[in-house]
Amino acid sequence: MPAELMRESYPIQGGDFDTAGEISGELKTILRDLGIEAGSLRRIVVVAFEAEMNVVMYARRGTLTFILTDDAVDLEIRDDGPGIPDLELAFQEGYSTASDEMRELGFGFGMGLPNMRKNSDDLRVETEVGKGTTVFARIRLDAHE
Amino acid sequence: MTLGEIRDILQCEVLTEGDDLSLDVQNVVASDGMSEILAFARSKELMITGLTNIQAVRTADIAGVSAIVFCRGKRPDARVVEFAKKKRVPIFVTRLVMFDICAILYNKGLKGVS
Ligand SMILES: Nc1ncnc2c1ncn2[C@@H]1O[C@H](COP(=O)(O)OP(=O)(O)OP(=O)(O)O)[C@@H](O)[C@H]1O
Ligand SMILES: [Mg+2]
Repeated sequence: MPAELMRESYPIQGGDFDTAGEISGELKTILRDLGIEAGSLRRIVVVAFEAEMNVVMYARRGTLTFILTDDAVDLEIRDDGPGIPDLELAFQEGYSTASDEMRELGFGFGMGLPNMRKNSDDLRVETEVGKGTTVFARIRLDAHE
Repeated sequence: MTLGEIRDILQCEVLTEGDDLSLDVQNVVASDGMSEILAFARSKELMITGLTNIQAVRTADIAGVSAIVFCRGKRPDARVVEFAKKKRVPIFVTRLVMFDICAILYNKGLKGVS
Protein backbone atom coordinates (compact mmCIF):
# COMPACT_ATOMS: atom_id res chain seq x y z
CA MET A 1 0.00 0.00 0.00
CA PRO A 2 1.43 3.41 -0.96
CA ALA A 3 1.62 5.88 1.90
CA GLU A 4 -1.25 8.32 2.42
CA LEU A 5 -0.08 11.88 1.93
CA MET A 6 -3.39 13.51 2.72
CA ARG A 7 -6.92 12.51 3.72
CA GLU A 8 -9.95 14.75 4.09
CA SER A 9 -13.68 14.12 4.61
CA TYR A 10 -16.53 16.51 3.90
CA PRO A 11 -20.25 16.21 4.67
CA ILE A 12 -22.68 16.48 1.73
CA GLN A 13 -26.15 17.89 2.36
CA GLY A 14 -28.90 16.22 0.33
CA GLY A 15 -31.56 18.25 -1.46
CA ASP A 16 -29.65 21.55 -1.42
CA PHE A 17 -29.18 22.58 -5.05
CA ASP A 18 -27.74 25.97 -4.19
CA THR A 19 -24.59 24.62 -2.62
CA ALA A 20 -24.56 21.40 -4.65
CA GLY A 21 -21.11 20.80 -6.08
CA GLU A 22 -19.37 23.05 -3.59
CA ILE A 23 -17.22 20.27 -2.18
CA SER A 24 -15.95 19.22 -5.60
CA GLY A 25 -15.23 22.87 -6.38
CA GLU A 26 -13.23 23.15 -3.17
CA LEU A 27 -11.44 19.89 -3.92
CA LYS A 28 -10.38 21.35 -7.27
CA THR A 29 -8.81 24.36 -5.57
CA ILE A 30 -6.97 22.19 -3.04
CA LEU A 31 -5.61 19.74 -5.61
CA ARG A 32 -4.63 22.50 -8.03
CA ASP A 33 -2.70 24.24 -5.26
CA LEU A 34 -0.94 20.93 -4.59
CA GLY A 35 0.25 20.99 -8.20
CA ILE A 36 -1.76 18.01 -9.53
CA GLU A 37 -1.41 17.86 -13.33
CA ALA A 38 -4.37 19.36 -15.26
CA GLY A 39 -5.64 16.17 -16.97
CA SER A 40 -5.72 14.13 -13.76
CA LEU A 41 -7.23 17.09 -11.92
CA ARG A 42 -10.11 17.31 -14.38
CA ARG A 43 -10.81 13.58 -14.11
CA ILE A 44 -10.77 13.68 -10.31
CA VAL A 45 -13.14 16.63 -10.02
CA VAL A 46 -15.54 15.31 -12.68
CA VAL A 47 -15.87 12.03 -10.77
CA ALA A 48 -16.25 13.88 -7.45
CA PHE A 49 -18.82 16.30 -8.87
CA GLU A 50 -21.02 13.63 -10.48
CA ALA A 51 -20.95 11.56 -7.28
CA GLU A 52 -21.62 14.61 -5.12
CA MET A 53 -24.57 15.63 -7.33
CA ASN A 54 -26.04 12.14 -7.07
CA VAL A 55 -25.94 12.37 -3.27
CA VAL A 56 -27.61 15.80 -3.40
CA MET A 57 -30.28 14.55 -5.81
CA TYR A 58 -31.06 11.11 -4.42
CA ALA A 59 -29.95 10.91 -0.79
CA ARG A 60 -30.54 12.86 2.41
CA ARG A 61 -26.90 13.21 3.24
CA GLY A 62 -23.52 11.69 2.68
CA THR A 63 -19.78 12.20 2.91
CA LEU A 64 -17.03 12.64 0.39
CA THR A 65 -13.57 11.45 1.37
CA PHE A 66 -10.45 11.90 -0.69
CA ILE A 67 -7.15 10.22 -0.11
CA LEU A 68 -4.00 11.35 -1.85
CA THR A 69 -1.12 8.93 -2.30
CA ASP A 70 2.08 9.12 -4.33
CA ASP A 71 0.51 7.94 -7.55
CA ALA A 72 -3.28 8.24 -7.21
CA VAL A 73 -6.30 9.92 -5.66
CA ASP A 74 -8.92 7.69 -4.09
CA LEU A 75 -12.43 9.06 -3.74
CA GLU A 76 -15.06 7.53 -1.50
CA ILE A 77 -18.58 8.99 -1.65
CA ARG A 78 -20.92 7.41 0.85
CA ASP A 79 -24.61 8.13 1.41
CA ASP A 80 -27.47 6.73 3.44
CA GLY A 81 -30.05 7.26 0.70
CA PRO A 82 -32.47 4.79 -0.89
CA GLY A 83 -29.82 2.69 -2.66
CA ILE A 84 -29.89 1.63 -6.32
CA PRO A 85 -32.14 -1.38 -7.09
CA ASP A 86 -30.61 -2.20 -10.50
CA LEU A 87 -27.02 -1.07 -10.82
CA GLU A 88 -26.56 -2.28 -14.39
CA LEU A 89 -29.59 -0.25 -15.47
CA ALA A 90 -28.37 2.81 -13.55
CA PHE A 91 -25.06 2.68 -15.46
CA GLN A 92 -26.84 2.80 -18.82
CA GLU A 93 -26.35 6.12 -20.53
CA GLY A 94 -29.64 8.03 -20.51
CA TYR A 95 -31.26 6.13 -17.65
CA SER A 96 -32.46 8.54 -14.98
CA THR A 97 -35.05 8.77 -12.23
CA ALA A 98 -34.45 12.52 -11.77
CA SER A 99 -37.44 14.77 -11.03
CA ASP A 100 -38.70 17.53 -13.33
CA GLU A 101 -37.12 20.11 -11.03
CA MET A 102 -33.71 18.45 -11.40
CA ARG A 103 -34.10 18.30 -15.17
CA GLU A 104 -34.90 22.00 -15.31
CA LEU A 105 -31.64 22.64 -13.48
CA GLY A 106 -29.71 20.77 -16.17
CA PHE A 107 -29.43 17.37 -14.50
CA GLY A 108 -31.05 14.00 -15.09
CA PHE A 109 -29.42 13.16 -18.42
CA GLY A 110 -28.39 9.77 -17.08
CA MET A 111 -24.73 10.45 -17.74
CA GLY A 112 -23.33 10.81 -14.23
CA LEU A 113 -22.42 7.19 -13.57
CA PRO A 114 -21.07 6.66 -17.13
CA ASN A 115 -18.98 9.84 -16.70
CA MET A 116 -17.59 8.52 -13.42
CA ARG A 117 -16.63 5.23 -15.05
CA LYS A 118 -15.02 6.96 -18.02
CA ASN A 119 -12.92 9.28 -15.87
CA SER A 120 -11.64 6.84 -13.27
CA ASP A 121 -9.10 4.04 -13.57
CA ASP A 122 -11.04 1.91 -11.13
CA LEU A 123 -14.68 2.40 -10.12
CA ARG A 124 -16.71 0.31 -7.72
CA VAL A 125 -20.25 0.95 -6.47
CA GLU A 126 -21.66 -0.79 -3.42
CA THR A 127 -25.35 -0.28 -2.85
CA GLU A 128 -28.17 -1.73 -0.79
CA VAL A 129 -31.81 -0.76 -1.19
CA GLY A 130 -33.02 1.08 1.92
CA LYS A 131 -29.48 1.46 3.28
CA GLY A 132 -27.43 3.57 0.91
CA THR A 133 -24.74 3.72 -1.73
CA THR A 134 -20.95 4.05 -1.70
CA VAL A 135 -18.86 4.93 -4.73
CA PHE A 136 -15.15 4.07 -4.69
CA ALA A 137 -13.05 5.61 -7.43
CA ARG A 138 -9.32 5.64 -8.11
CA ILE A 139 -7.74 8.13 -10.47
CA ARG A 140 -4.06 7.66 -11.25
CA LEU A 141 -1.89 10.75 -11.29
CA ASP A 142 0.37 9.94 -14.24
CA ALA A 143 -0.65 11.86 -17.35
CA HIS A 144 -3.17 9.91 -19.44
CA GLU A 145 -6.47 10.42 -21.19
CA MET B 1 -10.37 32.00 -32.45
CA THR B 2 -9.64 34.00 -29.36
CA LEU B 3 -12.26 34.68 -26.71
CA GLY B 4 -12.17 38.33 -27.73
CA GLU B 5 -12.95 37.46 -31.36
CA ILE B 6 -15.78 35.18 -30.24
CA ARG B 7 -17.20 37.99 -28.12
CA ASP B 8 -17.20 40.29 -31.15
CA ILE B 9 -18.57 37.89 -33.73
CA LEU B 10 -21.44 36.82 -31.45
CA GLN B 11 -22.11 40.43 -30.38
CA CYS B 12 -21.76 39.49 -26.74
CA GLU B 13 -22.11 41.54 -23.66
CA VAL B 14 -19.32 40.57 -21.25
CA LEU B 15 -20.51 40.05 -17.68
CA THR B 16 -17.23 38.73 -16.30
CA GLU B 17 -13.96 38.88 -18.14
CA GLY B 18 -11.87 36.18 -16.53
CA ASP B 19 -8.12 36.35 -16.94
CA ASP B 20 -7.34 36.44 -20.61
CA LEU B 21 -9.53 37.34 -23.61
CA SER B 22 -6.66 36.50 -25.97
CA LEU B 23 -6.96 32.81 -25.05
CA ASP B 24 -7.29 30.67 -28.20
CA VAL B 25 -10.33 28.37 -28.44
CA GLN B 26 -10.70 25.52 -30.94
CA ASN B 27 -13.53 23.38 -29.61
CA VAL B 28 -17.07 23.95 -28.41
CA VAL B 29 -19.49 22.08 -26.15
CA ALA B 30 -23.09 23.20 -26.47
CA SER B 31 -25.76 21.71 -24.22
CA ASP B 32 -28.31 22.37 -21.50
CA GLY B 33 -27.28 19.11 -19.81
CA MET B 34 -24.56 19.56 -17.23
CA SER B 35 -23.42 15.93 -17.35
CA GLU B 36 -23.26 16.23 -21.11
CA ILE B 37 -20.91 19.21 -20.83
CA LEU B 38 -18.78 17.24 -18.39
CA ALA B 39 -18.74 14.21 -20.68
CA PHE B 40 -17.27 16.12 -23.61
CA ALA B 41 -15.15 18.90 -22.15
CA ARG B 42 -11.43 18.07 -22.20
CA SER B 43 -9.96 21.47 -21.48
CA LYS B 44 -10.49 25.05 -22.50
CA GLU B 45 -13.52 24.42 -24.69
CA LEU B 46 -16.09 27.15 -25.14
CA MET B 47 -19.34 26.24 -23.35
CA ILE B 48 -22.66 27.36 -24.85
CA THR B 49 -25.81 26.91 -22.83
CA GLY B 50 -29.29 28.29 -22.21
CA LEU B 51 -29.15 27.52 -18.49
CA THR B 52 -28.13 30.52 -16.41
CA ASN B 53 -28.25 29.08 -12.89
CA ILE B 54 -25.37 28.69 -10.46
CA GLN B 55 -24.98 25.06 -11.49
CA ALA B 56 -24.03 26.12 -15.02
CA VAL B 57 -21.09 28.10 -13.63
CA ARG B 58 -20.24 25.30 -11.23
CA THR B 59 -20.17 22.85 -14.16
CA ALA B 60 -18.02 25.24 -16.20
CA ASP B 61 -15.50 25.41 -13.37
CA ILE B 62 -15.42 21.64 -12.89
CA ALA B 63 -15.11 21.02 -16.64
CA GLY B 64 -12.38 23.66 -16.98
CA VAL B 65 -13.99 25.43 -19.95
CA SER B 66 -12.53 28.71 -21.20
CA ALA B 67 -15.78 30.71 -21.09
CA ILE B 68 -19.58 30.41 -21.02
CA VAL B 69 -21.83 31.89 -23.69
CA PHE B 70 -25.44 32.28 -22.55
CA CYS B 71 -27.72 32.25 -25.56
CA ARG B 72 -31.12 33.83 -26.36
CA GLY B 73 -30.28 36.92 -24.29
CA LYS B 74 -30.73 35.03 -21.05
CA ARG B 75 -29.00 36.75 -18.15
CA PRO B 76 -27.85 35.11 -14.94
CA ASP B 77 -28.74 36.90 -11.70
CA ALA B 78 -26.17 38.92 -9.75
CA ARG B 79 -25.31 36.09 -7.39
CA VAL B 80 -24.38 33.84 -10.30
CA VAL B 81 -22.21 36.56 -11.86
CA GLU B 82 -20.47 37.09 -8.51
CA PHE B 83 -19.75 33.37 -8.30
CA ALA B 84 -18.33 33.34 -11.84
CA LYS B 85 -16.04 36.22 -10.93
CA LYS B 86 -14.77 34.31 -7.93
CA LYS B 87 -14.13 31.21 -10.05
CA ARG B 88 -12.61 33.34 -12.82
CA VAL B 89 -15.01 31.98 -15.46
CA PRO B 90 -15.69 34.53 -18.24
CA ILE B 91 -19.39 35.01 -18.99
CA PHE B 92 -20.69 36.28 -22.33
CA VAL B 93 -24.35 36.96 -23.10
CA THR B 94 -25.64 37.09 -26.68
CA ARG B 95 -29.12 37.59 -28.12
CA LEU B 96 -28.42 34.90 -30.75
CA VAL B 97 -30.05 31.48 -30.40
CA MET B 98 -28.03 28.31 -29.89
CA PHE B 99 -28.41 27.15 -33.50
CA ASP B 100 -27.10 30.41 -34.96
CA ILE B 101 -24.23 30.61 -32.50
CA CYS B 102 -23.10 27.11 -33.43
CA ALA B 103 -23.43 27.81 -37.15
CA ILE B 104 -21.39 31.01 -36.93
CA LEU B 105 -18.62 29.38 -34.93
CA TYR B 106 -18.60 26.28 -37.15
CA ASN B 107 -18.15 28.46 -40.21
CA LYS B 108 -15.15 30.03 -38.48
CA GLY B 109 -13.54 26.60 -38.14
CA LEU B 110 -14.44 25.71 -34.59
CA LYS B 111 -15.43 22.09 -33.97
CA GLY B 112 -17.52 20.08 -31.55
CA VAL B 113 -16.07 17.39 -29.31
CA SER B 114 -17.04 13.76 -29.73
N1 LIG C 1 -26.35 7.81 -4.72
C1 LIG C 1 -27.47 7.36 -5.31
N2 LIG C 1 -28.52 6.94 -4.56
C2 LIG C 1 -29.65 6.47 -5.15
N3 LIG C 1 -29.83 6.38 -6.48
C3 LIG C 1 -28.80 6.77 -7.28
C4 LIG C 1 -27.59 7.28 -6.74
N4 LIG C 1 -26.76 7.57 -7.77
C5 LIG C 1 -27.44 7.26 -8.89
N5 LIG C 1 -28.67 6.77 -8.62
C6 LIG C 1 -29.69 6.28 -9.59
O1 LIG C 1 -29.03 6.00 -10.82
C7 LIG C 1 -29.60 6.79 -11.88
C8 LIG C 1 -28.52 7.16 -12.88
O2 LIG C 1 -27.54 8.02 -12.28
P1 LIG C 1 -26.65 8.97 -13.18
O3 LIG C 1 -25.81 9.80 -12.29
O4 LIG C 1 -25.96 8.15 -14.21
O5 LIG C 1 -27.74 9.86 -13.94
P2 LIG C 1 -28.67 11.02 -13.35
O6 LIG C 1 -28.16 11.45 -12.01
O7 LIG C 1 -30.07 10.53 -13.39
O8 LIG C 1 -28.49 12.19 -14.41
P3 LIG C 1 -27.17 13.11 -14.60
O9 LIG C 1 -26.07 12.48 -13.79
O10 LIG C 1 -26.89 13.08 -16.07
O11 LIG C 1 -27.55 14.46 -14.10
C9 LIG C 1 -30.23 7.97 -11.17
O12 LIG C 1 -31.25 8.58 -11.92
C10 LIG C 1 -30.75 7.31 -9.89
O13 LIG C 1 -31.96 6.63 -10.13
MG1 LIG D 1 -26.10 11.93 -11.77
